[in-house]
Amino acid sequence: MTFRKTILAVAAAVALFAVPASAKTFRFAFQGDYKSLDPYTLNETFTLAMHGAAYEGLTKRGPKLEIIPGLAERWEIVEPTRWRFFLRKGVKFHNGEDFVADDVVFSADRVRATGSNMTTRIPSDAKFVKVDDHTVDVILTKPNPILHYEWDTWYIMSKKWAEANNAVAPTPPSATTPGYAAINANGTGPFKLDSHQAGVKTVWKPNAAWWGKPEHNLTEVIFTPIASDATRVAALLSGEIDWMEPVPVQDIARVNASPNASVMTGPELRTIFLGFDQRNAELKYSNVKGKNPFKDVRVRKAFYQSIDVNAIKDRVMRGLATPSALMISPLLFSRSGEFQRFPYDVEAAKKLLAEAGYPNGFEVGMDCPNDRYVADEAICQAVVGMLARSGIKVNLNAQPKAQYFAKVLAPKFDTSFYLLGWTPGSFDSWNILQNMYGCRTDEGKGRGESNLGGYCNPEVDALADQVLAENDAKKRDELIFKAYDIAQNKEVGYIPLHQQALAWGVSKKVKVVQRADNQFLFYWANKE
Amino acid sequence: MLAFILRRLLQSVVVMITVGLIAFSMFRFVGDPVNQVVSLDTPREQREQIRKAMGLDDPVPIQFLNYMKRAAQLDFGISYQFRTPVTTLIGERMPATLELAFAAAFLALAVGIPMGVYTALRRHSVLSSFFMTVSLVGVSLPTFLIAILLRYVFSVQLGWLPSFGRGEVVNLGYWTTGLLTLSGLKALILPAITLGLFQMTLIMRLVRAEMLEVLRTDYIRFARARGLRTRSIHFGHALKNTLVPVITITGLQLGSIIAFALITEYVFQWPGMGVLFLGAVQNVDIPIMAAYLMLIAFMFVTINLIVDLLYSVVDPRLRTSMRAAT
Repeated sequence: MTFRKTILAVAAAVALFAVPASAKTFRFAFQGDYKSLDPYTLNETFTLAMHGAAYEGLTKRGPKLEIIPGLAERWEIVEPTRWRFFLRKGVKFHNGEDFVADDVVFSADRVRATGSNMTTRIPSDAKFVKVDDHTVDVILTKPNPILHYEWDTWYIMSKKWAEANNAVAPTPPSATTPGYAAINANGTGPFKLDSHQAGVKTVWKPNAAWWGKPEHNLTEVIFTPIASDATRVAALLSGEIDWMEPVPVQDIARVNASPNASVMTGPELRTIFLGFDQRNAELKYSNVKGKNPFKDVRVRKAFYQSIDVNAIKDRVMRGLATPSALMISPLLFSRSGEFQRFPYDVEAAKKLLAEAGYPNGFEVGMDCPNDRYVADEAICQAVVGMLARSGIKVNLNAQPKAQYFAKVLAPKFDTSFYLLGWTPGSFDSWNILQNMYGCRTDEGKGRGESNLGGYCNPEVDALADQVLAENDAKKRDELIFKAYDIAQNKEVGYIPLHQQALAWGVSKKVKVVQRADNQFLFYWANKE
Repeated sequence: MLAFILRRLLQSVVVMITVGLIAFSMFRFVGDPVNQVVSLDTPREQREQIRKAMGLDDPVPIQFLNYMKRAAQLDFGISYQFRTPVTTLIGERMPATLELAFAAAFLALAVGIPMGVYTALRRHSVLSSFFMTVSLVGVSLPTFLIAILLRYVFSVQLGWLPSFGRGEVVNLGYWTTGLLTLSGLKALILPAITLGLFQMTLIMRLVRAEMLEVLRTDYIRFARARGLRTRSIHFGHALKNTLVPVITITGLQLGSIIAFALITEYVFQWPGMGVLFLGAVQNVDIPIMAAYLMLIAFMFVTINLIVDLLYSVVDPRLRTSMRAAT
């Protein structure tokens, strides 16, 4: 009997004993754990999406990332520094309590309390004032057009529930007793938490009393973390799970060839890029002594033009990447089409290096994570090979993320040349201008904290400040355009490489919605 | 005898403290835990607050002393990732690991011993050479490869057995068991074979070698000469004498089955302590890593202690030497 016949026989047997059509259990797996149920303790994409089953924000984001009403039915800007939110009526938390303005005011305090990892969701000086039970005013000290951009993942918690269970503040990482909210959930969302064993299994059931109209047809949802790539693929192919992420690049063809599942790809918002130390007087890891070659824009441009980003896309990423000219995804900036990458040109690069005084190249150390981004180490190896053609000898130091981030992030900034990925949390360019291009101090406090290489141009900083306060979308885009033009086209602050693609493994029995921020929201999933 | 036990206990304590010390000095090289509990764009000041609150600012010797003080009271702290006490987490995961380990050990004995006896008695039969070949495979193939092969055949192609997890479990208070449900039993098969295969072949080869040796001894010959039935010679006399070293080895191997189940657990996403530990290493969850290492050290120390004591019971010669030493 061939395998195919066996499969048919098994399929027939399964069909005979199939459960009644009414029970639709959706099973899925991810490489990491769903750690804490407290919606304010970890600002990480997958965790935020999981919280989104039981909890809801004042706003939501739709399949195309458009902002749509959530627990707030509508909102208006009464005056530039006063926003008014009208709350949805008749909404109940899972424990039966009514959702009211007090809960919003409470959640606004809690998300900014010590122990929260989401303090940046709301400006620290914004005041929340209850107008009546279903109206809340937000009073700002300065205008802020993107106030509500990240509120889809600022989840509203019940004041009474938190107070009754001693969960008024988020559980800090240093706590000695677990917080109640870390192991229980009480939101207003479309799913209720049924059981949760951290790192093993989490089960949800639909919330029959939900205020909205369900867009799923599930009766139960089961999540299991599966750390091993091979196991995740096997579980998908054998039909034991309906969805999993990520599919390792080398297994994509195999999954697509199987009768049970296929790979759903799409662009992600995260931009993978290379950065240079442009701050120190001498590079820490280089044979050039007494000066820093990366302070010279010609050297930065030479590096840029030495890298064949299409080869990385085709060979390393197997097509699953979109080369980028900017540090932000084209989905998030309307005028990104007006920017072009510098062409790949080894001769031009060599010429630039010669002009800068390095006709024979030089040596530089490069830091790279090896378990953080899709094919991160392989990208770095490709970069090493490409730079060698221009005469640059790169000594690669690829490490697990735990060691890598400890080395390169603030306060050490211990790197000369590095690879990193960045998604603007607010889905907006100001985040990039502030964090990636902002001038930083030696210790890296305040502006430019994630600007590891210390790119600095006060003109760009001034533009960033204007961007933050500009309420007119068109003028705002013009300011952003100017800032990117200086920082990238003129000064080559970074080498943006690509936006990596999402690779979801999806069973042929289910339909899911893929959103570019890679939040997997099963309240949009449907199963045959 | 009492002095001997006391001395061994004292040595065990020294071993535990040493393990703790080595583990603690290693943790300085696994990376920065703060980066693992916050997101990439967390402001620096917040990071420092967290670092301070976690006690990571203290000098390492002080961190170590504080840790050992609490560990002595069985308080291993709170996991950085899960924000749950480590003792709870390990308590939840231990049943899974122990069930898997005992299933593997049972399999190894139940299949290994008969195969060993058979190959010793019918040395030249076709089946014997087949068993010997299989045992070579079991000894030489790495665990993860066996796991991947088994899973490819039985889960992906045939769809008979689950490729990961523990199936439905039944909660019995402090213990969760997968042995009472069909899906739990099915889920146990592949991991138990994977984990037990090496031990099985080891036991088979051990039994065979011992058996061949025993069959050559004088008392077996005399038994034959006396006209005892072959069956009673083989199983009543020869096998019985073969089993002493087998029991010792099994006891010692049980410790390593539990400790090194982590590869099998990882490959099958078996929700035991090994998977917990691997996740902890990746995420620099020092409280879990420390507690796991201490637990494994404790287990080995205890097993060795018991084995030492058992030896003295089994072998009178050791008893006299012990007395002489005290």
